[in-house]
Amino acid sequence: METPFVHRLPAAVARTARVRIVSAIGPTVMAAGVIWAILQPYRVTLLHPRGQGAWWLLIEPPLLVIAVGIVFAVLVARPLVSDLEEHDAAAR
Amino acid sequence: MLPHAEMVHWAFAAGILLVGLCLLCEAIVGEEVWQLRPWRKYLWPGLAFGLGVLLWPVMAFFTNSSIHMYAHGSWAEVLMLAGGAELGLVRGRLRSPLWRLTWPVAFVVTGTAFIVHEQNPWLFARSAFLHHLLGWTFVIAAIFPLLLVWRPRSAVLQACFALTIVTVSVMLFADRDVAPIFGHLSPLAGSPHR
Repeated sequence: METPFVHRLPAAVARTARVRIVSAIGPTVMAAGVIWAILQPYRVTLLHPRGQGAWWLLIEPPLLVIAVGIVFAVLVARPLVSDLEEHDAAAR
Repeated sequence: MLPHAEMVHWAFAAGILLVGLCLLCEAIVGEEVWQLRPWRKYLWPGLAFGLGVLLWPVMAFFTNSSIHMYAHGSWAEVLMLAGGAELGLVRGRLRSPLWRLTWPVAFVVTGTAFIVHEQNPWLFARSAFLHHLLGWTFVIAAIFPLLLVWRPRSAVLQACFALTIVTVSVMLFADRDVAPIFGHLSPLAGSPHR
């Protein structure tokens, strides 16, 4: 009897999943920082900079999270996804 | 002139988050793809080593007690040792996989220092709670880098190691100098600010 269900994930689908996960990590981290800034706007000193010291303006946790997400997405994830796709294409 | 202690925690949390994300990606794509670009294999070990170097100014400037200096100094040493050993391994200068034992050692030393240098009980304030939690997290999670010495290609262990680092960064981001924890704040801790 034939069944329409696929019992094993084809290798190509697994590869695509890896590309998607790696591509999603940076934006997820950025989104976490944005949501944090919306939930706790008083943690973002740039929104009320008057009278704040230099350290309060430099180190703002939600903005640091967003910055890490951007740095990771641009400098790490983007070239890594490109390498992963090339590697997978060569393996096929 | 000096930043508040909580700001130093947040700045280190950002660096640690970047290390954790790199480790997580390496676990997902595998060592072969991760090392396709030569610079990438030095990325997270270099970041870890750099964070170790940056812990020295923390030791030098945050001298509110001797035990804080010992704790920060020991973190600086073990983080530089583990990061340096990893750099040596990826470069090929070090060959024995036993050098990776520097990571569980770093975790245990870091965890013990966190627990020992926090003099207040868990519910004294949020910072006390997080120091205890961070300490026990490091001590218990040392099992992951320890097992990785013998199973270096295990994606599950690599992911657990990476997620431990990401969790540590989340805890550091949650740190405040004076803030309640689960509604508890000792009157001895001082008055909370925003």
